[in-house]
Amino acid sequence: MAKGMREIKRQIKSTQNMKQITKAMELVAAANLKRAQTAAEAGRPYSDKLKEVVSSIASGGGGVKHPMLQTREIKRTAYLIITSDRGLAGGLNSALLKRFVDTLKSKHKSNNEFDLFVIGRKGRDYLKRRDYPIKQEEIGVPDSPKFAHIKSLASAAVTGFEDGTYDEIYLVYNRFVNALSQIPTVKQLLPLDASALEGASQGPKADYEYEPSAEEVLNVLLPKYAETLVYSALLENKASEFGSRMTAMSSATKNATKRIDELTLTYNRARQAAITQEISEIVGGANALV
Amino acid sequence: MSTLRLEIVTPERKVFDKDVNMVVVKGVGGDLGILPHHVPLVTPLKVAPVKAKIGNAEEFIAVHGGFMEVRKDKVVILAESAELGSDIDVIRAEQAKERAQHRLNEKQSEIDHKRAEAALQRALTRIQVGGH
Repeated sequence: MAKGMREIKRQIKSTQNMKQITKAMELVAAANLKRAQTAAEAGRPYSDKLKEVVSSIASGGGGVKHPMLQTREIKRTAYLIITSDRGLAGGLNSALLKRFVDTLKSKHKSNNEFDLFVIGRKGRDYLKRRDYPIKQEEIGVPDSPKFAHIKSLASAAVTGFEDGTYDEIYLVYNRFVNALSQIPTVKQLLPLDASALEGASQGPKADYEYEPSAEEVLNVLLPKYAETLVYSALLENKASEFGSRMTAMSSATKNATKRIDELTLTYNRARQAAITQEISEIVGGANALV
Repeated sequence: MSTLRLEIVTPERKVFDKDVNMVVVKGVGGDLGILPHHVPLVTPLKVAPVKAKIGNAEEFIAVHGGFMEVRKDKVVILAESAELGSDIDVIRAEQAKERAQHRLNEKQSEIDHKRAEAALQRALTRIQVGGH
């Protein structure tokens, strides 16, 4: 019996260690989540302003046409997939990648019809193992990413659209709703939806003068706007990662607590049984002597 | 003296937000001085220092590209990165300048050349702003 008891004691100990780790990870994720949310908010004025100016040009009439605002026949597609570098974040990455692979299978017949741009180690490993064509990858993006970290990847995709290599670009990431819910999202990045832009400009519309011309300004602004969208998706995915990790670790901690309680109960029962047995052995022995 | 609000915003944060008397920038079409009540205007910018005049004082901000939106009493500059003079490490910028010049002197492909030129321009802007 004593041997069984030692076994249980060891299990309790290791579960306690695990609980300590998950608890610590939960706290770290909570702190990071707050930081990621602040970062996402700090970036909002920039993207809002860009959107405002772009939409005021696009809706300003004057027949301003730009390839980035026009749908063309789709021959080749690029996907920009944003995942996390580390796991232990619940079903965050797997739900996203599953959703993405389903989309790929329903939209394309062969792997030659698309290219992938991947951010995050999890997505890279998953897609590489399945032999999908990965054009460019970016791993080891820090927890509070700077715009510079994804600039080269984002502009490579956007340039690909500009020179006609791709006819559309999709952004695949986890949309952050709150700490408990993140939605895997596949969103069209380019061509930009002109009708959505027009709806965005509210308030007093300024009649701008453009220097040197509206087309030139649009030429500079639209690629920037697209890159900004990628950056804000990255920030949102970071927030999702921490939110998801926080929830996952909180439930892991809860499970560990429950398991420790159960094991302690079993341990005490075993201990009691051992004592009872010892007493009855002594009593039995004493009786035999009489 | 009337003032206008100058905001400089990057994707990461708001770098500058103050009332100023005049803003001088380098647009793609040439230098522009913006006073209050300027006509609404949008223009892309070159990599160059932005000068803000407040009373008799002048402040310089290194703005790396981006564009400017002018309204009646407000100027917003959106750039991928921007730094105040106090945030700039002049020694590092000097080193970057030398590296870029060194690379420009070597024979190389067109893309590398363009990249080195851009790096040089950024370093020069930083040195100019950091030196004030």
